[in-house]
Amino acid sequence: MSTDIGVWIAAFLTLCIFSFLYKDNPFYKFAEHLFVGVSVGYGIVLTIHQGIIPFAWQPLKNSITGEAPLWRFFVTLIPVGVGFLFFSRLMPRYSWLIRYPIAILIGMGAGFAIPRAMETSIFEQMNGTLRPFGVINSLSAGEIIGAVLMLIGVVCTLTYFFFSVEHKGIVGGISKLGIIFLMIGFGSAFGNTVMGRVSLLIQRVDFLLGDWLGIVG
Amino acid sequence: MIEKLMSLDRRYVFALVGLAVIIPTLLMIRFPIYVSQPTQNIYDFIEGLSEGEVVMIAFDYGPSSLAELNPMAIAVLRHCFRKRLRVIGMTLWPVGATLGDTLMREVAHEFDTTEGEDYVYLGYRPGVTNVLLQMGEDISAVFAEDYSGTPISEHPMMADVKNYNDIALVVDLAAGASVEGAWIPYTYTGYKQKIAAGVTGVIVSQLYPYLQTGQLVGLMPGLLGAAEYEKLIEQPGKGTAGMSAQSIVHLLVIVLVIVGNVAYFTTRRREQNAEVY
Repeated sequence: MSTDIGVWIAAFLTLCIFSFLYKDNPFYKFAEHLFVGVSVGYGIVLTIHQGIIPFAWQPLKNSITGEAPLWRFFVTLIPVGVGFLFFSRLMPRYSWLIRYPIAILIGMGAGFAIPRAMETSIFEQMNGTLRPFGVINSLSAGEIIGAVLMLIGVVCTLTYFFFSVEHKGIVGGISKLGIIFLMIGFGSAFGNTVMGRVSLLIQRVDFLLGDWLGIVG
Repeated sequence: MIEKLMSLDRRYVFALVGLAVIIPTLLMIRFPIYVSQPTQNIYDFIEGLSEGEVVMIAFDYGPSSLAELNPMAIAVLRHCFRKRLRVIGMTLWPVGATLGDTLMREVAHEFDTTEGEDYVYLGYRPGVTNVLLQMGEDISAVFAEDYSGTPISEHPMMADVKNYNDIALVVDLAAGASVEGAWIPYTYTGYKQKIAAGVTGVIVSQLYPYLQTGQLVGLMPGLLGAAEYEKLIEQPGKGTAGMSAQSIVHLLVIVLVIVGNVAYFTTRRREQNAEVY
């Protein structure tokens, strides 16, 4: 059995969390709140040290002390000032000022993200679906079947999400086939989710039996 | 019997799952592991790199996903250090910062490596998009210092690493949407940087399309991916150890799904018959 106080604390907190499986209780609530508190606190401190200090505080300080040119002070002050406008939300009279940083963030975010998202998730995916048909002569029978299945799956699934036409007749049939492809996709996601969740349990059991109790090596 | 099954206390299911994990762990049962092509692709890519080439590993996960992604990270790091590749570590997740640092140092100490020459851990910077785009131009502009505060200009290995052009492969170990939401759109699409991913089981299904299009070099799925990579580097670890319990729990879940469905449909038929009469 471990003699490390840290291992004992971790084991206690693990058991506190597992106790929820029986029913909700104060031990579980304590561990849950501790976890949330520590995570948020850690995130804030890290963001101050890895973000605010190197990108805001240090450049401003260096400009004032003469280690950096004065123009850098003003160049840094603009984004810092815009960032501070987020706190205007705390003062109802000036809360409208928050629109500016939000507008900048949304504008920049959309500008960066939309072209790349189109390229990454639409054009490249369309290309990937159709590309095998351009080299079909060099594909094996299995690869051809795979490419055709992929195309049928994409068309049928997209048809299911096309709501401007009533899903009757041929369209209804295609969209029903789309549901089957969707269900296969959900089944795969469910299997992988089970694997993910069980992995967490395995790691904790391994910790309790190995690191804490010393039963397994 | 069927009625009892339908009203079975879920705590019995929890207990069964618990036993399905504890018993194989205690008995140290081992099932064979077969390597899938997407994991093999990552191994082959790294295996094909020459000594001194640079691999960047992004530890984009926190403690809640450590069970799946730490074994993966250890296996990939061992492979890189064994191949004498230079490794840069970083994260887009604040909670992954210390975790990545600790892990990288632990694995680096298993080999004859020197910090600054064979590996550097840059840590975390806020602002995902800005960080990825800036690294495409100049890594030192966003990471002027490494995680421990040493200027990266003082690390010899960073002398000839300016941006993605000098990095052979990025391996993103991810628990969230950082692969398809950040690395692929900004780093692959923007700079044609080769990217491989190791992700949690929960999100792996949505990444297979990126594998098929070639936007990802390879993909490691959860604990299974870790076990596969451990097999490839011939160094079993936590991934391999966990896969037997994993297989038994999957069998149990399949049985429970079948039993649950049989019980549900039998009960429904009985109720329908009762309504008719």
